[in-house]
Amino acid sequence: MTLKALFAASAMAALLLPLPAKAGQLTIGFSQIGSESGWRAAETSVSKQEAAKRKVNLKIADAQQKQENQIKAIRSFIAQNVDAIFLAPVVSTGWDSVLKEAKEAKIPVVLLDRDIDPSGKELYLTAVTSDSVHEGEVAGDWLAKTVGSKPCNIVELQGTVGASVATNRKKGFDTAIAKHANLKVVRSQTGDFTRAKGKEVMESFIKAEGGGKNICAVYAHNDDMMVGAIQAMKEAGLKPGKDILTVSIDAVPDIFKAMVAGEANATVELTPNMAGPALDAVAAFKDKGTVPPKWIQTESKLYTATDDPQKIYDSKKGLGY
Amino acid sequence: MTALLPRRGLAQILALIVILAVDRVVSPQFFDLRLQDGRLFGSLIDVLNRGTPVALLSLGMVLVIATRGIDLSVGAVMAICGAIAASLADSHGLPVVLAAALGAGLVCGLWNGFLVAVLGMQPIVATLILMVAGRGIAQLITEGRIVTFSSPDLVWLGNGSVLGLPVPVVIALGMLILTGAVVRGSALGLLIEATGGNARASELAGVGTRAMILSVYVWCGVCAALAGVIAAADIMGADANNAGLWLELDAILAVVIGGTSLFGGRFSLVLAVFGALIIQTMNTGILLSGYPPEFNLLVKAVVVLAVLLLQSPKLSGVAGIAARLRRTKA
Repeated sequence: MTLKALFAASAMAALLLPLPAKAGQLTIGFSQIGSESGWRAAETSVSKQEAAKRKVNLKIADAQQKQENQIKAIRSFIAQNVDAIFLAPVVSTGWDSVLKEAKEAKIPVVLLDRDIDPSGKELYLTAVTSDSVHEGEVAGDWLAKTVGSKPCNIVELQGTVGASVATNRKKGFDTAIAKHANLKVVRSQTGDFTRAKGKEVMESFIKAEGGGKNICAVYAHNDDMMVGAIQAMKEAGLKPGKDILTVSIDAVPDIFKAMVAGEANATVELTPNMAGPALDAVAAFKDKGTVPPKWIQTESKLYTATDDPQKIYDSKKGLGY
Repeated sequence: MTALLPRRGLAQILALIVILAVDRVVSPQFFDLRLQDGRLFGSLIDVLNRGTPVALLSLGMVLVIATRGIDLSVGAVMAICGAIAASLADSHGLPVVLAAALGAGLVCGLWNGFLVAVLGMQPIVATLILMVAGRGIAQLITEGRIVTFSSPDLVWLGNGSVLGLPVPVVIALGMLILTGAVVRGSALGLLIEATGGNARASELAGVGTRAMILSVYVWCGVCAALAGVIAAADIMGADANNAGLWLELDAILAVVIGGTSLFGGRFSLVLAVFGALIIQTMNTGILLSGYPPEFNLLVKAVVVLAVLLLQSPKLSGVAGIAARLRRTKA
């Protein structure tokens, strides 16, 4: 607690120092991981939009999936004396020394999308992340509500074995459906978060469950696997979205395309807008000295066919997914 | 055709039968087949269809390995060619798309062959370069996104059917016959084996070993390109991050299961494809079994070990089973 107080005090002191940027305009350095996935690309473009909306000068450094590049970028941001640093950490450990340097320079650091090693809690202002257990719960609750009291056999397409997101999304879903005795996960296999494996695994599920007749719903840990699974169902002569309900997570544009075609039912958004809440937290901290909570949880919004999927598809497809 | 079916295939056939039997046990409907929208539908078809990319890769890989080489870049070449095919699919006709994708595979193969045959680099290092760089090239083409397309021609390559069989299976079969006809219908296969057996002696005996090595890498690139196009057509999109990921290892494994030695020399195309089918029969069986996914890799490793032990000359000498079977047949 004293450390936290100390940090708050030192941050207050930072406010008294002269700001280097143009009067009123914040300059923020963002060390982005790189282009590891479509979601990551969307996060970068949304960050730019959110910064422009708030008239913040956002400098993005692409680390190409390397921690040493991120550390270099943070050092250069410190040298430029930016107002705050956003960091999407590629790994969870090894940040202590560079974050200490930022702290000594009195530059607050906000983590985006991923958390770091707990030993470094006092080294950053706040972390803006999604709760992947909660995402699974939202998916499970939707299915439970939609199915009602009918018995429902669910097949699950897991993410990569051992990935924390996969473990958490499974845990959340299992918790949500545990309250409903009529819902049962009958088959669960990994689809490695990819379309090709999602399709292959779904093909085998269909064969193993009486040509798909025994399956009432598919739950996929990401939309890409679901896009593959939808193809598998169509090729087996089934109607995804009608014969078999679908619910997945991420809300990438292609799942909205499937929703428009009536082939997908629901998706839970992993918002690419991590920078928006982070920018607000930094602005409040800079203006009024409001210390944000250590964790800002982003909303895990549920989208279904009633949410005008065509409009969402149009708004999302330009983001680089 | 007799040259295509070597006497040493017994261990592989035995392994495939055993794995099929196990699949039947874990999944009683394994051998069920029915017609669905004019195409055969069932787990056996899945095995053939899903096994196609690795089977195609193994056709090229087995020739490379026969020259005592190895090609680690095939997975990345798949990603490059799939990305090219997907980016062109909606704006160009199928011939252009195929020519561009296969041409890219040919260039990739030439590059590998040039490094190995002309510059004399070690194959594992030379092809490692493209393995790493190739995925980056593919990501540049797709800009890190999954490039989707709707061109019915290309989709047909992945999901269509000919006489009830999925198109990819027909393509792989065609490639097997074509490759077999070229290397076994002429002395080419023998020259490749000679190059792998002893390159220096073959060179002195008048074999153009450099041309042999160059051409097997080119063929390997073309096979990988075809596999890449099929993989993209299958999911109606090119996923540069994941297409063909680690498949080079499955292809090498298929060749090894097919009884071809990594030290070069004798090779068998048919058995390499058998190897690919053995791997896929096992994969499909694992998916049908309903075991938790944490066991996937473990089961796979145990089965591969068992298949390779079955082929091990020393062990079969000790156990005597395989050896005796072979003697009675011979």
